[in-house]
Amino acid sequence: MTELSRRHLILASGAILLVSPAQAGQPASAAKRWGLLIDTRKCATDCTVCVDACKSEMGLSGHDRPLTDAQYIRKVDVKDPATGNAHSLPVMCQHCAKPACVDVCPTGASMKRADGIVLVDRHICIGCRYCMMACPYKARSFAHEEQTGQKPYLPRGKGTVEGCTLCVHRIDDGRLPACVEACAAKAKGAMLFGDLKDPTSEIAKRVAAEATTRIRADLGMEPGVRYQGI
Amino acid sequence: MIKTEYKEVRPFTPGWVALAGGLGAVIVAALAAVWTMEHQGHWVTGMTNQVVWGMPHVFAVFLIVAASGALNIASVGSVFGRAPYQPLGRMSGLLAIALLAGGLAVLVLDLGRPDRLFVAMTHFNFKSIFAWNVILYSGFFGVVAAYLWTMMDWRAKAFYKPAALAAFVWRLILTTGTGCIFGFLVAREAYGAAVMAPLFIAMSFAYGLAVFILVLLFVAKTTRRPLGDQLLTRLVRLLGLFVAANLYFLALHHVTQLYFAGRGAVESYILTGGGIYTTLFWGGQVALGGIFPLIIAFGGCGHAVRKRSAMASALVVLGGLAQVYVLIIGGQSWPLDLFPGMEATSSFADGRIHAYVPTVLEIVLGIGGIGIFGFIVLVGVTALRLLPTDLGDSVAESDNMC
Repeated sequence: MTELSRRHLILASGAILLVSPAQAGQPASAAKRWGLLIDTRKCATDCTVCVDACKSEMGLSGHDRPLTDAQYIRKVDVKDPATGNAHSLPVMCQHCAKPACVDVCPTGASMKRADGIVLVDRHICIGCRYCMMACPYKARSFAHEEQTGQKPYLPRGKGTVEGCTLCVHRIDDGRLPACVEACAAKAKGAMLFGDLKDPTSEIAKRVAAEATTRIRADLGMEPGVRYQGI
Repeated sequence: MIKTEYKEVRPFTPGWVALAGGLGAVIVAALAAVWTMEHQGHWVTGMTNQVVWGMPHVFAVFLIVAASGALNIASVGSVFGRAPYQPLGRMSGLLAIALLAGGLAVLVLDLGRPDRLFVAMTHFNFKSIFAWNVILYSGFFGVVAAYLWTMMDWRAKAFYKPAALAAFVWRLILTTGTGCIFGFLVAREAYGAAVMAPLFIAMSFAYGLAVFILVLLFVAKTTRRPLGDQLLTRLVRLLGLFVAANLYFLALHHVTQLYFAGRGAVESYILTGGGIYTTLFWGGQVALGGIFPLIIAFGGCGHAVRKRSAMASALVVLGGLAQVYVLIIGGQSWPLDLFPGMEATSSFADGRIHAYVPTVLEIVLGIGGIGIFGFIVLVGVTALRLLPTDLGDSVAESDNMC
């Protein structure tokens, strides 16, 4: 774990200022489109700060069973076999504008908020796992066993499907997603969070000015997560 | 015109009790497996976050697909007016209902939250083909029950043809829906093709008829009802035709896949380097479930027709299970391609073949679906006049279909 430096602290506090809190009791607004911009050039292969922060924030203790334990965010190491060029990047729910998981869900448990955050309503998820079959990003996990240490803002239960919420509880509170905050504070600040629809936001300015890529953009799901350096 | 006489099966004979007891034991064992899976969670099965649908889904899909196919005999008799098949229409309807019930039971009992079945029946996302299937499956019960009613009650005779046509159209839509569950998965390279729908229809024709023939032979033998060779000859030839159709759509699917450069790797995996999936593909679905039944059906074997039809049908069932296994499990074992053309690795098994080993729990649950099917058939033929007393060839002579 990297030690918290003054530079990192400033980065983190600066990032916090990018987000304004939602009004309590107000529904999510379609005027916003929350998104992420991830600069993989700042993303070290052995760095798992974002992954660790997610586990801690979401209470993902796991059962030491890698094939069935939940992973909301993971580091993927990618290598071009033709050139040998390699890089590492975090992959989580891409919070698509046209999410396949939402399309296929029979009960509507998989849903997209007006502000673009894709969630699972754990109260009406029947555990059919069709969303896991449909998601091109392998972003969802199935709660294969009894869960302990749940957080008040993240109901988790055996037999339902779950995934990255973009830390919706934090966003609605005017805070940054845990991974973004941790990356800024403890790593190189590779993750930028903000409102893609707000032309004055840092993320909107960056995606307008710089070349960015979306994973499997060819599938047409219009992910809310963009990458640089891949 | 010869009037067909129907008669219930006599209950509580030693054979009846033994069969009911055996099927009951299978169902109880399946329920015990379900209790363990739901109590412990799905980690006790072979299913993972990579292979999310496992052996229960293989049995469930096989049974559901076979259900619509089993109705074909009734449809051939009523919609297409083929007289030899008409006496078997009631049994055809019963098998369709029983197979669907068995398949759906397995599917529901494998859910992460089977206790929320009511939620699935009351919350519909109409963009989901799964939700449409919930409606199609539920409706199938109603449509086939109504169809059976018109077959059994002379007062409802006026509705016989419309009910037959409705059931025939419904079963085609239903199997289209089942195929589309896979056909609509754009990210899974092994699926994601419109040909899945007609492929599933061809599969249903073959599986359903194979199950029908096996049950027919069993019923004829155990209840000592005469069964004509001429009828069996027609049925086994029809089975051959359906098997050929299945092979045709299967070939079409794989040739299409091979033609797309981006899908060459997954095809190479399934067809040549996929280990158990390659073995099951060529040895199971193509050889056992395809080529052998074709040879048997069209006369390349010297056995009596009764034996030929039993062999061909059993092979189609085994080959069918292999086909669904390769499709569902083999397709999922191929990793999702997040970065085309690149090599990927992660703690979440990105970029590598996903292993899957079915557990006894899953297999017992799947076989439980067959038990439910058998039990419903047994109760049905015992309680209702669904089986003709005579399946001799006299009724078959006017037909010239096969």
